[in-house]
Amino acid sequence: MSPLTSTRSAIADALDGWPPPVFDPAGPFAGSITLLAWVLLAMAALVFAVVLVALYAALWGKEGLRERVGGTRIIWLAGILFPVVVLTALLVYGLTLTRNLSGPIQGDEMRVRIVGEMWWWRVAYLDAQGRPTMLDANELHIPVGQPVVLELESADVVHSFWVPRLSGKLDMVPGRRNLMRIQADEPGVFGGQCAEYCGGPHALMGFVVIAHPADEFASLMEGRRSLGRPEADTAAIAGEQLFQSAGCAACHRIAGTPANGLAGPDLTHVGSRKTLGAGILPNNRGTMMGWIGNSQAIKPGNRMPPYAVLSGDELRSLAIYLEGLE
Amino acid sequence: MPGADPARGLAVIERVGCGACHTIPGVHWPQGKVAPQLANIANQALVAGELANRPDVLAAFVRDAPALLPRSTMPAMPISQDESRDVAAYLYSLGDR
Repeated sequence: MSPLTSTRSAIADALDGWPPPVFDPAGPFAGSITLLAWVLLAMAALVFAVVLVALYAALWGKEGLRERVGGTRIIWLAGILFPVVVLTALLVYGLTLTRNLSGPIQGDEMRVRIVGEMWWWRVAYLDAQGRPTMLDANELHIPVGQPVVLELESADVVHSFWVPRLSGKLDMVPGRRNLMRIQADEPGVFGGQCAEYCGGPHALMGFVVIAHPADEFASLMEGRRSLGRPEADTAAIAGEQLFQSAGCAACHRIAGTPANGLAGPDLTHVGSRKTLGAGILPNNRGTMMGWIGNSQAIKPGNRMPPYAVLSGDELRSLAIYLEGLE
Repeated sequence: MPGADPARGLAVIERVGCGACHTIPGVHWPQGKVAPQLANIANQALVAGELANRPDVLAAFVRDAPALLPRSTMPAMPISQDESRDVAAYLYSLGDR
């Protein structure tokens, strides 16, 4: 076997930096959590040092010192009062530092609903009243420098939404709607991952957040609303017909076409997605053909069957059709 | 292959996801089952059953297969000419060449 190896991590690293540098926050919400982690670590180290010093004094200190360390007074002071004060202060500090993370929605904050599914993410951009304005999957576009409220839900089991550089980690619980804010201060691509074991291919349930400058974000959303399609060539037309006739449309929706399936990821904008298979593969014609042909070899247990009934020509025309859906 | 680097080739293979279709030694994930596995490609006389298995041919094929074999199911891949040489070097490193 070659000493060179490639794994999910290596591929995800090429895609969006995985494993993400968890101590390198890219926005205020992740920043406050990182700061809190360092403060807690420093306090833990300090308390540990104090305990070691006291232990040393109790074992090898002078007679008078050992008496004092063993007395009831030290138990009241260092055993009860000190922890109560320190832990209460840390609790108040932590809650203050992260209070904006999951507070109620304010004013005209951008809202996005993300629903955890086995084993992908259903994304719906919402208007101020909470109505979906655009559907997508496995990828989220946000403007730089402004908070975005995520409404996290689950369609089946408990998942956990985690984009380490942008915010905290929050469970998606069936029957609940948990709010969490994310924000990126610089444009960039930020990898995410389901962080609660959710069955079979849980480890292959990734997510991508792309942060754009405000004007670029606005034009991206505007362009998507118009649903402009490039001039379709014959292969793309054949692919579209095949998409409808081969059964793809039973599970996948493509806005503006009869394809209206809701069981699988929305493919209206799949051509512009950075990844396939929920944040795990680069998106190009080859990986699209490989995914359609046999996604079970790539992500075992996922709910899309392998399509050995399709010929190479058919796989290619489907891929050409889908890559045009931007 | 002068100037080509197998390690860089593996990084390219990861970046563009060759494993989505092919099972390739050294690529632990994914191990695709849509197209031939490539464990033995260095020792094969032919590429894709038709082309001479020469370094320049293999490099050109992994970059733009339809340009050499218009009926090829394998699509053109988003890699540069230098990268295609690295990929070929990696594939050859799997055999006795």
